[in-house]
Amino acid sequence: MSRLSQYFSAGRTSGKHTMPFVVILLALTAFACLSNLLLPADSVFHVSTYSITLLGKYLCYAMLALAVDIIWGYCGILSLGHGAFFALGGYAMGMYLMRQIGDRGVYGNPNLPDFMIFLGWKQLPWFWHGMDHFWLAMIMVVLVPGLLAFVFGWLAFRSRVTGVYLSIMTQALTYALMLAFFRNEMGFGGNNGLTDFKDILGFDLQSDHTRVALFAITGVILALLFVICQKILSSRFGKVILAIRDAEARSRFIGYRTDHYKVWLFVFSAVIAGIAGALYVPQVGIINPGEFSPINSIEMVIWVAVGGRGTLIGAIIGALLVNYAKTRFTAIMPDAWLFALGAMFVLVTLYLPKGLVGVYAQLMSKHSSKTPPTPPANTTASVKESNA
Amino acid sequence: MKAIDNAVGSLRETFRPDQVWPFLAPENNKVNVDKNIILYVEGLNLSFDGFKALNNLNLYVNDGELRCLIGANGAGKTTLMDVITGKTQCDAGTVYFGQTQNLLSKDEAQIAQLGIGRKFQKPTVFEEQTVFDNLELSLKTDKRVLPTLFSRLTPTQIDRIDEVLKIIGLAQQRFMLAGALSHGQKQWLEIGMLLASDPRLLLIDEPVAGMTPQETERTAELLTSLAGERTVIVVEHDMEFVRSIARTVTVLHQGSVLAEGTMDQIQNNKDVIEVYLGESEDGTATGEEV
Repeated sequence: MSRLSQYFSAGRTSGKHTMPFVVILLALTAFACLSNLLLPADSVFHVSTYSITLLGKYLCYAMLALAVDIIWGYCGILSLGHGAFFALGGYAMGMYLMRQIGDRGVYGNPNLPDFMIFLGWKQLPWFWHGMDHFWLAMIMVVLVPGLLAFVFGWLAFRSRVTGVYLSIMTQALTYALMLAFFRNEMGFGGNNGLTDFKDILGFDLQSDHTRVALFAITGVILALLFVICQKILSSRFGKVILAIRDAEARSRFIGYRTDHYKVWLFVFSAVIAGIAGALYVPQVGIINPGEFSPINSIEMVIWVAVGGRGTLIGAIIGALLVNYAKTRFTAIMPDAWLFALGAMFVLVTLYLPKGLVGVYAQLMSKHSSKTPPTPPANTTASVKESNA
Repeated sequence: MKAIDNAVGSLRETFRPDQVWPFLAPENNKVNVDKNIILYVEGLNLSFDGFKALNNLNLYVNDGELRCLIGANGAGKTTLMDVITGKTQCDAGTVYFGQTQNLLSKDEAQIAQLGIGRKFQKPTVFEEQTVFDNLELSLKTDKRVLPTLFSRLTPTQIDRIDEVLKIIGLAQQRFMLAGALSHGQKQWLEIGMLLASDPRLLLIDEPVAGMTPQETERTAELLTSLAGERTVIVVEHDMEFVRSIARTVTVLHQGSVLAEGTMDQIQNNKDVIEVYLGESEDGTATGEEV
């Protein structure tokens, strides 16, 4: 039995940082929430509601980075179109929030959102029906990105499109969706998108409590998705995914349908991106076709590269750090941000191929090499065997 | 009118009450070797841009045999393996595994699940994963997505992996990353991955390339010990090695079989001598490499 458990632990050591990381993430989330609600505004530790909303936005981006990382870092599929799934999830949530406005809009029409009246529409388009139900909107958040990813992945992976060609196709996908959503005839508010939201499930979106609650929910869902991803990727399924990344032909010749694996991982990743989008919209209060823009999707890839691709923690840390830097930088020198982003990508690619997490791991291994090396696992295993 | 009749007829055939549609029929992975022949390759033709890689190739391999394929570069050895394992589509011909399994209608993964294992010319292992994981991935299991997601290592599987590790002599390197192994060890790991999948037929492309003489000797022992229970087809350039393991040798030349027999028969075969030693009728040596 001990031998069995040894095999389990030995083969799957990647998860040893999982629990500490989740605890830190949840603790920080809880601290931020409580200090906003309980501490007086002039306290040193008080976190303003503005910061809470900003942090909530970062956490959504972290979730998105998670989605990009499981597909790029673990399976080697560089998707430059994850912004599309994010925005679709956001639009589904936006439609629900739009319907919650009811007759409080500028035109005071209880049945039609403002922009439809502006366009002179007489009735609700068919795809808006039922979106005033929260449960249906939540199903759409998962279903629409998932379905798009399934169809796209099925066509692309079955015909064995890989590498740069696939990246360009994903880029084209998000660009095409952006152009489509810019059109007023699509029925999603054209280039203004959906905005002017009032409340969610009856709670006022402007109130501190709702904002803190949304932030807390985002933190918990991020932790949950992180644990689920870690579990999936450390299962045998995850090993197959790594195998596909490193030697796809070999995986096929030992009997794995690699296209099926890639499609399902892609769908899973798209669903995470959709959820991130749905949590993002009520916090920032707007969703417009700009979210589909190819630049956004490329930025996500940079977050993951900076943090360290192929490690889930790296993706989350990368997203948080780069976005914090963006907030700071754009406040000081708005025009320089894109240059800074580009420079960061070049530097990370050249000098930190494994990202910040890779630097950390290197430091740790240097530190541990000074202490006497621990005996390798296999020798202890053979000792145990001979004792048995 | 006749066209309509035909259409109605085929419709009726499709919806006959006792008709089992192919996609509903249980997948049959049984290999029928009643006639003691495991692989039938008949009339295989394949050309790349006018170059005939395979030219009406016929090959029969007995169950449990150890067969060596030799031939010059471009003789079609690797292409033949590509066709058998589903990597390349051929222009014409049939390939049957046992008497019932038509390999040309299946893809790589299905063919692998039938029990045909393949080792590449260049050792291909999953470098970022441990030796143990490499073998775990190769085990004979249900390889669909959901069963893989929820699968656990059973004690029997661990024992099987241990057994394979002993056979390939990598028990000490169990938890090493496969990328850190030496070239020869990678070759062995790849053979081990084939063994772990418990195949009926092994296709092995140049197993001893880059191996030391000792390693070569051990590989020869391993391959000979595998034959009997399994069928092994080896492609190799190293004639010493072929001589040490082969019972039957097939010589390929320009995409078709030139000669077949024991090593001695092959070496005395007039056609083979002509092609390989280059003693054409006017007596000049063309110096083609074996």
